[in-house]
Formats: sequence, C-alpha cells, structure tokens
Amino acid sequence: MWMAINYACWGISVLLALWMLYDWFKIDTTYSEDVLTSSREGELEAVSEKHRI
Amino acid sequence: MTAAVETGLTTTIHGDRVSLLRVLGPAHVWALGVGIVLVGEFTGWNFAADKGGALAALIVCWIVGLLYTSVAMIDSEVTSTVAAAGGQYAQAKHIVGPLMAFNVALFLVFAYTMLEVSDAILLGDTIVAKAGVEGLTHNSFIAATIVVLAWLNYRGVLMTLNVNFVITAIAYVSIVILFFSVSPWTQGAVLKLNELVTPGNALPYGWIGVIAAFQFGIWYYLGIEGTTQAAEEVRSPARSLPYGTMAGMITLLIAAAMTWYVCASLMPWEYLGITYYPLWDAGKLTGSPLLENLLFIATLLAALASANGCINDAARAWFSLGRDRYLPSWFSAVHPKYRTPYRSILFLLPIALAFAFIADLNQAITFSILSGVLQYTFMSINIMMFRKKWPLGSIRRGYTHPFHPLPAIVLFCLCMVTFFAIFLGFGSQLIAMTVFYFLISLWFHFYRYKFVRRGDQFSMPWPKPQGY
Repeated sequence: MWMAINYACWGISVLLALWMLYDWFKIDTTYSEDVLTSSREGELEAVSEKHRI
Repeated sequence: MTAAVETGLTTTIHGDRVSLLRVLGPAHVWALGVGIVLVGEFTGWNFAADKGGALAALIVCWIVGLLYTSVAMIDSEVTSTVAAAGGQYAQAKHIVGPLMAFNVALFLVFAYTMLEVSDAILLGDTIVAKAGVEGLTHNSFIAATIVVLAWLNYRGVLMTLNVNFVITAIAYVSIVILFFSVSPWTQGAVLKLNELVTPGNALPYGWIGVIAAFQFGIWYYLGIEGTTQAAEEVRSPARSLPYGTMAGMITLLIAAAMTWYVCASLMPWEYLGITYYPLWDAGKLTGSPLLENLLFIATLLAALASANGCINDAARAWFSLGRDRYLPSWFSAVHPKYRTPYRSILFLLPIALAFAFIADLNQAITFSILSGVLQYTFMSINIMMFRKKWPLGSIRRGYTHPFHPLPAIVLFCLCMVTFFAIFLGFGSQLIAMTVFYFLISLWFHFYRYKFVRRGDQFSMPWPKPQGY
C-alpha cells in the first residue's frame, strides 16, 4: 500500500505542476503585462475595485 | 481591464488594476501565524533539551516566549499602520530605508522557504518512519507536499487559509487531547516528572546549557510574525492583524507549556533531546493506539499547515520586491482570476524542491532560524525609529503596544543571546549567511537600486517624519 501511495504522490505532483504551467502560459498569453503587473501597494480594495465587468 | 473582455474569457478584472483580494478575517490571520509555528511543538523545540537538559527547554520556552510576545506587540503596532503585502519589508521600506528593506525581504524569503523545506522533509520522514517499508524514500512525499500546497496557494488565498485553519485546529486540539488524556493533575499514574527531572539532571550543562538551548527554543514560536504578510488581503488590517497575531501568540504559549509538561514527564532528557517526534513519541508512550495514531496524523497536519503558510508568506515577500522593482517587476504579476502572486509562487516552487532534495533537515532549520533572528533584530530597531519619526498622535495606529521602549530593548537583548547560542552550535553557517547578506547588499546598492522608481515605492499617506 505504501508503495502505491508513493507512486500516487509522484503522479499528483506531476499533474498539478503541469496544470500550473499550462495556466501560467494561458494567463501570460491572454493578458498584457501592464494589466498583470498593475497592482500597487497600499491601495484599498474598496478604492481600486469598482466591479466593472 | 479590457483584456478579459476582448478575449471573451469568463474571467473578469476588477477595476483598472489587478490587485490581491481582501477576503481574510482575524481567524485566517490566526491560522496563518499559528499554522506556520505549530509544527515547532511537534519537532524542533525538544533539541533544546539536548543542549541544556529538560529544565533548560522550559526556561527558554518562557524567555523566548517573552521575545516573541515583544515581536507580536511591535509587529501589531507597525503593521496595523503599514498594511501592505511584504509585512516587515514594507515596514522597513517606509521607516528605515530601501537597503534595509531589501535585506529584510530576503530574510523573510529565506526564513519561510527554508522552513517550508524543513516541513516537507519532516513530513516525508514521518511517513517513512510510520510505514517501515524497505526501499520507501521520502522524496515522493516531499514533492507532493510542496507541489500540492503551491497549487493550493496558486488557486487563491481564501481556500489556502481556510484549509490552514482546519488542519491547524485539528493539530492543536490533538495536543490538548493528549494533555488531558495523561491526567496532568496527578503525578505517578502516567506522568513521572519528579523521577525524570531531578535537581541532579535538570541542568546537566549548567547555565551555559540554557544559553545554548536558545537556538532551538526559537522553534516554540518561529514564524508567528508571518501574520503580517496577509496585511494586503485582510478586510480590516487595523483590527484583524493585531487581534489574530495576539490570539495566535496566546494560543502558542499555552501549547508550548502543555507540550513541555507532557513530553518532559514521559521521556528522559537524553532521549527527548534527540528524537525527531517528541509528541508522537509521547502518544506512543501512553500505550494508547488511538493517541499514537492521533499524534502521528497531527504531526503530518502541523507540517502541512506550516509549509502552506510559508509558501503564502515567501511568495508575498518576493512579490513585493518585484512590485517596487527591487527585483524585476515581472515577479509582481497578480493572477487575474485567482488574485494571487502566481509568478512568485511558481518561481519559488523549484527552489524549495531543490533544497528539499539536497539539503538535510538540520541545515534547512538553521538557515531558517538565522534569517528569522536577523529579522527580529531589525524589528527592535525599527520600532524605535518608528516611534521617534512618527510619535503617538502624529498618525493613526490600529494598535499601540504598551511599555515602549521596554519590549524593543528586551527583543534586542534576547536576539543577541540567540545569535551567541547559534554561534556556539552553527558558527560557520552564521558567518556564511552574514557574508551572503553583505555581498547581496553591495549588489543591491551599486547595481539594482538604479532600476527602482524612488518616488513610487513610498505609498503611505503619512506626514513628514519628525526632524525632516
């Protein structure tokens, strides 16, 4: 049983790592760098977020 | 803002900017702080007994508790005023200056990443010890711990800290259950403190042993200051951060006292000082399979909670460095859907994995403790400057700590004692890390700082400091 858990851990690690890499690629190619790095220190959500869709 | 609309994705960007999400409350702050620290009760603190005996482990429990109470009070005051991701980094930037801030951010990233590495190694070793199967190594469990938790952090801070709250609470309750299961009010039935800690063996190396024990006494509380990293994601920083941090500190003081009492009453100091699993061993020594399995699971959960909080905090510190261009601004990207610093999380993931596979537990722990104590030393100086530049009444504070400057002086003195203790045990590592921080400071001062937009980095709407 422990060896099966051992292999399952490797499998889960690889799958989730691949998913994060895929999502990273998707986000970086979808949004501009200006949008992704637009966060500014000290801004309150109530001020910065206007919930425009 | 328009990017999402143009590409037709369901993801929406709120407002003109993508920022971290303010969704956390005091319970999440508690879960972040206590979650990072609680693993220290399950392993780490007990090595203090090896340095100075069982009584030394208790003495440092209280004295180091004083150090961390000072840390929590000072942190609560400054962070309730400088509510920004990066925690102590943002404090240092506004109060001391950019070079100090850069160093503090590196202390934070090193302390949390090395603690995450230690947690993952501990979790892997605990499972391998329980399994007792020949050929089974800890590598797969280490990889799964780091990758799964990085994924959780990648997907959002609310779920990350909800999970941390639940697993931290279970681990904490297991200590309470163990404590009340061994009839702590009667000696002799299960507990044998009178026989195990005697005047003859209480301090086997005298008072120098107590000084040496400081190095591992840090483990009772190491990481509680991590609550400040959530400053930009809590709904009400001025209320939630002091409340969550102080509640966390009280929780840990109780857990530390219960842990020492049970373990010192069940194991001789010679064994207590070398085992990697003091609470799990205590569960075994009660003779109850239920308690043994509960403490085994709690050890795993505590390690998971700690690694989870560390990934959260290290990523915020790295992200803040990128946002101020102390590092390439590429690191300051926020995920438009999950609202997390996803590039920082992903960047630190392989670094943690690499250290977990090549470093041993002792080295990782020592690097984490060293970076932590450097940070605490900074905090004692920081609060003195903060009160001098912006005295009470000059700016609004969410919390004002009492007895100033006593906590700062106590903190500074105890940090000096701890440095001496680390020097006794790991002098070469202490010197190596000091040289590293000196060289990296030269790089920042002479090369990197020219890329920083100097006016943009100071974001707090404070009046000019006194004397300027």
